[in-house]
Amino acid sequence: MSKRIEAKDLNIYYGKFRAVEGVNMVIEPRSVTAFIGPSGCGKSTVLRTMNRMHEVINGAYVEGKLLLDGEDLYGPGVDPVNVRRQVGMVFQRPNPFPTMSIKENVLAGVHLNNKRVNQATQDELCEKALRGANLWEEVKNRLDLPGSGLSGGQQQRLCIARAIAMQPEVLLMDEPCSALDPISTLAIEDLIQELKENYTIVIVTHNMQQAARVSDRTGFFNIAGTGAPGKLIEIGPTEKIFSKPDQQATEDYITGRFG
Amino acid sequence: MSHSSSSPSTTERQESSENSLVPAKKRIGDSVFKGLSTGSGVLILVVLALVALFLIMQALPALTTSPDLLMQQGYGPFWSWVIPIAFGTVYSSFLALLFAVPVGMGIALFISHYAPRQLAQPLGYVIDLLAAVPSVVFGLWGANAFAPSVNTAWIWLNRNMGWFPPFGGQASGTGRTMLTASLVLAVMILPIITSLCREVFLQAPKLHEEAALALGATRWEMIRMSVLPFARAGIISAVMLALGRALGETMAVAMILSGANVINWQVLTGTNSNTIAATIALNFPEAFGLRVNQLIAGGLVLFVITLAVNMLARWVVSRRAAFSGAN
Repeated sequence: MSKRIEAKDLNIYYGKFRAVEGVNMVIEPRSVTAFIGPSGCGKSTVLRTMNRMHEVINGAYVEGKLLLDGEDLYGPGVDPVNVRRQVGMVFQRPNPFPTMSIKENVLAGVHLNNKRVNQATQDELCEKALRGANLWEEVKNRLDLPGSGLSGGQQQRLCIARAIAMQPEVLLMDEPCSALDPISTLAIEDLIQELKENYTIVIVTHNMQQAARVSDRTGFFNIAGTGAPGKLIEIGPTEKIFSKPDQQATEDYITGRFG
Repeated sequence: MSHSSSSPSTTERQESSENSLVPAKKRIGDSVFKGLSTGSGVLILVVLALVALFLIMQALPALTTSPDLLMQQGYGPFWSWVIPIAFGTVYSSFLALLFAVPVGMGIALFISHYAPRQLAQPLGYVIDLLAAVPSVVFGLWGANAFAPSVNTAWIWLNRNMGWFPPFGGQASGTGRTMLTASLVLAVMILPIITSLCREVFLQAPKLHEEAALALGATRWEMIRMSVLPFARAGIISAVMLALGRALGETMAVAMILSGANVINWQVLTGTNSNTIAATIALNFPEAFGLRVNQLIAGGLVLFVITLAVNMLARWVVSRRAAFSGAN
């Protein structure tokens, strides 16, 4: 588990509009990489290309290469469904399936992968994933109740459990704490620290303190103006980005001079 | 109250009376709207109650008269008269649903999740247009064009699959059979199912669709995981509305079927159970006295069937309310 991601000259389009241009970067396995930057700079867009969720939007496409351990995710004949089974994703707003119980939610992806899993293995997988998401103790007595009955923070951890139950290589998180209160946020941040021992984690966040707290490396994205494509300004070790970044724009952003 | 001050001046007292929390101020907009919506709610109940009252009052003579008298002055003893046509009503509607629900949902899914946008919209319009065709036209088409053209197919079915009980019996020579009538009914209720389902499918939250896709669901799996469960209550409502239309459909059935007062499960024969609505329509112009009462009693039975079916559907929807996603 846990693979290395490499982007080479990545250009991302929504129809004719070029949303992000010229991204080159390497994301190391078993580490947390945070994307920061002002709204609309394309950090979520870049994240969504990493499991081919970008193309779900009508007319969206990608140019360039995105390699997962050397294998091009956008190569000819690559099935996006298989990409998504290796690269899990957690969204901004908790989105457990409302019609499923907690347990069904955790196993939703597993059931897609191999239809026949015996009951004991299912229970084991469910417990392991929920423990992995630090949710087991809170829900172990109500696994058959609807997932939508949990609090927001619990729902988000349920979504993380659902993603890691698939044992993905990479876990993408798109502002996973922006809809949560500080306590739940802390729980998720602690969880991210534990998860990085097994997974490559990429997290988009609007919260610079959060990026500083959880990530090993930070990438800063920016746009020149409305309608201009977003760019990766620089990416490097988090301490460096937050203390003496190479680019003036990065320093302006993290010191709060703009954005 | 308002910000405290050591000496309340006149102006301040005025201000505090304007902003005071007690008594609660009456707002005209609120009361008008409440009156309107409550009024509408009550109105529909009153109308329904009046219809029910009319049906019961008018049906009572037929229900209380002795079977012998009904034999002479009506259409025969009530229950042995009404049960076959009630059966015909439910059977033809059930068959129509059997055909229309999968097709209707399929079209709706195609429009909402599969078709390119340029195709989806025109297709939606065409389907809605089907709903605007008067049922007499469907009846004419069914009896004069559809029935003759499917006749040979029905005969083939009867000959080769007659071992399957509904296809057994003596095949009709005209094609005007229960199966034909049900198919025409199916076409008539198709737009209801398609339009309603399409609207619900389109409203399935993007959030849950993306959740499914991100787990590596194929498009069909995504639809099964997030769209259909979300749409469940809507689908049932659509089916119930469609069933209501099919149960009450009069002209098309009356023109296609030459009904008899029998219970017949075979859908390819020339002897077909009539429906309540068609029976009423066909007999009402010449009915008088007790016969009118008997026809209205038939209408009462139809009313009760529809009510029962709807309550059943509500119950089905409410059973899993906790999992509906509404919380």
